[in-house]
Amino acid sequence: MKEIINNIQEKFKISEVTEQRENQYFISVEKKDTIQLVTYLKDIEKFTNFILLTAVDWIEKGQFQLTYMLNHPSKKLDIGVRTFIERENATMDSAHHLWEHVATFQRELKEMFGIDFPGSPRVDEPFLLEGWDNIPPMRRDFDTKKYSEETYFPRPGRSTNDPAEHMKKKLYPNE
Amino acid sequence: MFHWTPDRSAFPTAGPDGKFDFDSHKLVKIWHGPNHPGVTGNMSLELTISGDEVLESKTHVGYLHRGFEKLYERRTWIQCFPTVVRMCVPESDSNEYNLSAGIEELAGIEIPEMAKWLRTLVLEMSRLQALLRIVPAQGGTVGLGLGVQWGVYLRDLILDRFEELTGGRIYHMYMIPGGVRGLLPDGFKERLEENLILVDEFVLSIKRLMLDNAVFKKRTVGIAHIPVEWIDKYGIVGFVARGAGVKKDVRLDYPYLAYDQLDFDPAISTDSDIYARTWIRWNDIITTVDLLRQIMAKMPKKGEFKAPTPNVLHWQVPKGEVYVRSESSRGEYGFYIVSDGSKYPRRINLRGPSYTHAVSLLEKMLVNSNISDIAATMVSLQTCPPEIER
Amino acid sequence: MAEEKNYKIIQPDNSEENKFLKPENYKREVTAPDGNTFIVDPLNDYFCDAKPQPHAPNTIKVVEKFLNWARSQSIWVLGFGTGCGSIEIYPLMTPRFDAYRFGVQQRPTPRQSNLMIISGYLSVKTLKRAIRSYEQMQSPKFVMALGSCTINGGMYWDSYNTINRLDHYMPVDVYVAGCMPRPEALLAGFMELKKRIREGKGEGANQYAENFDWYKANQKKIIKDWNMPDYNW
Repeated sequence: MKEIINNIQEKFKISEVTEQRENQYFISVEKKDTIQLVTYLKDIEKFTNFILLTAVDWIEKGQFQLTYMLNHPSKKLDIGVRTFIERENATMDSAHHLWEHVATFQRELKEMFGIDFPGSPRVDEPFLLEGWDNIPPMRRDFDTKKYSEETYFPRPGRSTNDPAEHMKKKLYPNE
Repeated sequence: MFHWTPDRSAFPTAGPDGKFDFDSHKLVKIWHGPNHPGVTGNMSLELTISGDEVLESKTHVGYLHRGFEKLYERRTWIQCFPTVVRMCVPESDSNEYNLSAGIEELAGIEIPEMAKWLRTLVLEMSRLQALLRIVPAQGGTVGLGLGVQWGVYLRDLILDRFEELTGGRIYHMYMIPGGVRGLLPDGFKERLEENLILVDEFVLSIKRLMLDNAVFKKRTVGIAHIPVEWIDKYGIVGFVARGAGVKKDVRLDYPYLAYDQLDFDPAISTDSDIYARTWIRWNDIITTVDLLRQIMAKMPKKGEFKAPTPNVLHWQVPKGEVYVRSESSRGEYGFYIVSDGSKYPRRINLRGPSYTHAVSLLEKMLVNSNISDIAATMVSLQTCPPEIER
Repeated sequence: MAEEKNYKIIQPDNSEENKFLKPENYKREVTAPDGNTFIVDPLNDYFCDAKPQPHAPNTIKVVEKFLNWARSQSIWVLGFGTGCGSIEIYPLMTPRFDAYRFGVQQRPTPRQSNLMIISGYLSVKTLKRAIRSYEQMQSPKFVMALGSCTINGGMYWDSYNTINRLDHYMPVDVYVAGCMPRPEALLAGFMELKKRIREGKGEGANQYAENFDWYKANQKKIIKDWNMPDYNW
C-alpha cells in the first residue's frame, strides 16, 4: 500500500494522507485532479471495484467533502479519495463513464445535497423523494424537526428529555 | 413436446435503426409494484413492454425513505443504535455490528474474546434466518409455495432463540460499542442444536422439493444470466458474484471477529443464472449451520463480554473517518462513518449490496427478459429496498 | 418511423398546481379519424370523480346484525407491505400462527380485499399509493395500523419524510402498538376488529365519506405532486 501511495504522490498533488488501517488509506486531492486520480487508480493501479461515493457537509467551512471509496479486489486494499468543493452552486465532474453504478450515487447526491454532476445520466430525475420543494434535505441547514412539526400534525403530549440531563437527574438527584 | 411461442408479428417492432420509439404511445407501460405480490418489499419497476417482452425498465425507490442519515445529525452516538437496526429489516444485525465496529475502530477500543464469539454467533444466526426465508421464496416466485411454509416456520424457531437471547424477535439491538449486552442463557446451545437438526432435515427436503424439481429447473436454468465482466462494472458483491465464478466473501477476504478461527468454504458456481444463485444460497444454509456448530463448540464458556467504554451519554468519539464492512446474506454490507469529534456523528452512510443490484444491475438485466421472470430475477438478487433508500 | 401523430399536446400554464404535472398527464387535442377534434384530459376523463357517499345501515336490525357477523368472518387483507411491519406477516400467514383459522387471508388486489394493514411508518411517497389503494377497495372497508409509527410517528417522529398520525389521512379502526408488533399482537388486533365489526362500529368507510373534504385537505397538504384525480374508484 505504501508503494501505491508513493506512486500517486509522484504523479498528483496530494495534500493529506491518513492511514486508517494498514489496508485502508484516505487521501485528499484537489477538485480538478479528482476524476483523473480515480481513473488512474482504476486503470493503472487496478482499484477496479467502486464501493461508494458520498458527501459530507462541512457547513462551518462552507464546503462539501466528496469521498470516492475504491477497492482492490485481489490485493484487498481500500483507498478513499477525498475532495472538497464549494458549498454554493456545488458542481463536480461526473464519473459515470468509469462504472455503471456511479450514476445512481450521483443521482442521489444531486437530490439530497444539491450537488450537480453535469452529463450524468438521469441526474435530474427524482430518486428518493417525490414532489420535494424545499432545500435539499441532507444539507445541514435544513431543520428536519421543524419541518416535521410544521407539516405532519404532531400528536400533542410528547415530551422529550435530553438523555444526559435526564439520567443525571434520575441517578444523582442530590448533586 | 408442446411448445408455445407467441405470435410476435403483431407486436410493435423496432424502427430501421434498431431502436424503439418510446414516445410513440404504441408501447405499453406497466408498473410492477409497489402494491404487487411479485416484488421484493416496497419498490416498483416502471416497465415498457412489447407483448410480454421488457424493452426498458426503470427502478423507482424511495417508498421506504425515512431519512436516517439526516436523523443521525440530531442523535448522539448511542441514540443511533435503536434506529440503525431498522435500516434493513430482514437481516438487522449487520447494521448494529457495522456501527459498533466503526465506533470501536475510531475510538481504539479492543473488544473481549467472549464478545467476539457472541457477535459471530448472532451474525450467523441472523444470516440463517434470512436464508430460511429467502431460499424457499425463490420457489414461491415460480408458483411453488410449499417451501415457504416450511422455511418461515423454521425461521420462527430461530427467532425464538433470538428472543431468548436478546428480547426481540426482529430487531435485537444486542451489540453495543465495546461488546454485547449479555451472555447466553442456560441451555441455549442445546435448544439451538435442536433447531439446527430440523434445519438439516429441511435442507434435504427443499432439495427434493425445489432444486430437483423439473418445473423449477425449467423456469430458472439459463434465465437472468450475469457475465463475469459485469462484476466490477456494476460493483456486484456476495453470492451474486460467487454465482458468476468470482469468490467474494468478506468473511474470507477481510476476516473480522472470530471468522479467522473458523473453517468454511462458501460454494461457487460459474453458471450465473437464477438456478445457480439459488443453489449457492441453499449451500449457504449448510455452511451457516456448520459454522453455528463450530462456533458453539469453539467459543469460550464464560468471560468478560464488554470492554469498558466512556459514559455513552456524553461520549465524544475521536475525529476521523472509516469504512467498515461485514458479510450479510446478500453480500458486502458497508458503513462509511465520519466523526468530527463531537457528541453527534457527522455522517453515517450505508452502502448495501442492493444499491447496485436493484438499480443499475436490475435495470440492465431485465431488458429483453420476459415479464413472468421478473419476480424470480428480483428474488435471485435478493433485492432489499430499505438499504437503498435508508 | 416518421409517422404523424394524431394529437397535439396543450402546454399547461405555470400556475402552482401544475408545478409537478407529469408530461403524460398534459391535456391533449386529439383528431379523430372522421376529422373532429376534441380535448382529452387524462387526469379527469379516465376516472370517476363522484364523491363517495355514506351507506346507511339496513333498517331491519336483525338483517344488519347478520350482515355485520358475515363481514367479520371474512377479513381479506390487501397484500401491500408498506413498511417494516410486513415482515411479521410471513409468520402470521404460515403454520406457526396461521391466520387463516380466523378467516383472514391475503389478496393481491384492492378490489378483492376489505382490510388494509398499514404496516408501520408511511413515507409521503407510499402514502400516495396507500390512499389510492384504499379508495379502490370496496365498502365496507377497514384499516388496521401497525406499530407506534402510525400512532405518533414513533421512532421517526422528527423525520422529514414520514407522517406522524395516520388518522389524519385515512380512518383507522384498530391500532396495534409495538415496534414491531408480534404476530400474536396482530391476531389480537384481528379479534378486536371482528368485535368492533360485529358491534357495528366498523364505520371507517362512512366516516371517510362524511369527512371527505377534511381528509382530502390533509392529504393534499403533504402530497405536493397530486398527479391523480381527487377520487379514483
